[in-house]
Amino acid sequence: MESIHQLKRADFIFRNENDWEKILGNALKRKNQDIIKELISSELKGRGGAGFPTGLKWKFASEAEADEKFIICNADEGEPGTFKDREILTKVPYKVLTAMAVCANIIGAKKGFIYLRGEYKFLKEELNKAIDEFHYYCNEINFDFTIKIFMGSGAYVCGEETALFESMEGKRGEPRNKPPFPTIKGYMGKPTVINNVETLAHVFTILKYGAKKFYDLGVQYSRGTKLFSVSGDTPKPGIYELELGMSLQDFVYEFGDGDTKAVQVGGASGFLVPRKNFKDAAIGFKGKLTGISLPTGGSMMLFNSSRSMFNVLDNYLKFFREESCGQCTPCRVGCQQLQMGIKAVKRGEKPSSYLTKLLRLAETMQLAAKCGLGQSVANSFSSIVDNFHEEMIY
Amino acid sequence: MNPIQTLIKELADVHGRRRESILPILQGVVEQEKYLSEDSMVEIAREIDIPASDVYGTATFYSFLEAKKMGKYVIRVCKTITCSMKGKNQVLLTIQEMLKIKLGDTTPDKRFTILETNCLGWCHKAPAMLINDEVYTELTPEKVREILSSYMKKNGQI
Repeated sequence: MESIHQLKRADFIFRNENDWEKILGNALKRKNQDIIKELISSELKGRGGAGFPTGLKWKFASEAEADEKFIICNADEGEPGTFKDREILTKVPYKVLTAMAVCANIIGAKKGFIYLRGEYKFLKEELNKAIDEFHYYCNEINFDFTIKIFMGSGAYVCGEETALFESMEGKRGEPRNKPPFPTIKGYMGKPTVINNVETLAHVFTILKYGAKKFYDLGVQYSRGTKLFSVSGDTPKPGIYELELGMSLQDFVYEFGDGDTKAVQVGGASGFLVPRKNFKDAAIGFKGKLTGISLPTGGSMMLFNSSRSMFNVLDNYLKFFREESCGQCTPCRVGCQQLQMGIKAVKRGEKPSSYLTKLLRLAETMQLAAKCGLGQSVANSFSSIVDNFHEEMIY
Repeated sequence: MNPIQTLIKELADVHGRRRESILPILQGVVEQEKYLSEDSMVEIAREIDIPASDVYGTATFYSFLEAKKMGKYVIRVCKTITCSMKGKNQVLLTIQEMLKIKLGDTTPDKRFTILETNCLGWCHKAPAMLINDEVYTELTPEKVREILSSYMKKNGQI
């Protein structure tokens, strides 16, 4: 293993580039196929957490036939422990806008939206200024494209892409069945590309520096860099851009407080990794041959030995219980029962063997829930209950 | 036309009278009125010509669209994991002590409402809270007292 305890830092996202007009102008002149090919060869995957290849998404939407298409930037950053998108929109909004415009040109969209979570309303004014400036330039070069901010109103599930469409259409934010996927039927039933804020910022990097530069960073199946939102028991909380593929051991060495008991990778809907597994866990997308590979939207929460993992799990479950849209039974009832269940075990009202039943319930939710919210409750539930079984009981 | 009807008409003029216009209109009403009364929801339904139950259904889904009358300043304290670990309870206790009300309640003078909310996205600067749209981070009881006092003074009350 090379360079133990050495995290590979990078500085692309927040690097101030003053040439977005040129990048946009050049990209608009290029053949659509060229840019799609470049994105595919960069192996950029969605940075919201799900990790769908961005180039393919754009390709599918460009091939869909429709009288109208949309590009939406998903800024409904609600995963506990994630706060990077706000920083991007504050510091380098023009990168996101540029990437949206390039996408619009490729797929044939005239309208773009930024779905901004209600909690970030204070960003709206500045962001609108950046958009106005951007529109002015588009106008100047006769490029017909407008971006509008759509405000959310406090609903975690609206970060799920189809729930986000429902919300924009004036409905309850209840996820749809997939397929059809957004690139075929998205907002208003039209082909839609929906990308996370950070994904679009990486597209800018690729447009400026080329796919190879991006591809050369990271590891196989997990190319490029990623923003990590670091919080919890750490002496240096904040946002860090790191190459993908790092081991959790190295991460903890850098960010831990010397007493790290576990790390929650990917927020409440991600996995909890206990200390004994740090060295086997790598941060990146699936496909690594050895060890555990953990995809993530970039939320890294550290817990030291003073924390009760029961309290942590209880906090997550309360969150899911409140944020479940209530549409499908496995998630609506499951979240409630999981939380009531662990409390009953803790109070001694149920035997410890009841935890096994709850684990099966979580597994059922993973299989039967309609969207990512309900399906991923099992991630944190099982990883916490399995690894900290005793803390759940005593 | 009463003031609510006027407001809703104005909002519909800006945001349109389609189903997709509902959320921005609801948000506009909440910004002005601090909550959605039954009357305002019925009025929105009439203005854009859809069933009132649809407006109600949409409105009640979102945690920032309150159907209960709120104070002029809505305080939302983040209760998600990191804020919870970093002293959210002390923050909440301090606010409750100062305002002499319980979580979820509004002061008798209708100025302040205290609520808890889910992750605000300030985990690296926990604990955090919103007062209306304004964010306050790295809170301590002392800091909260200072912030809240300045809001209380704004209202000509110490």
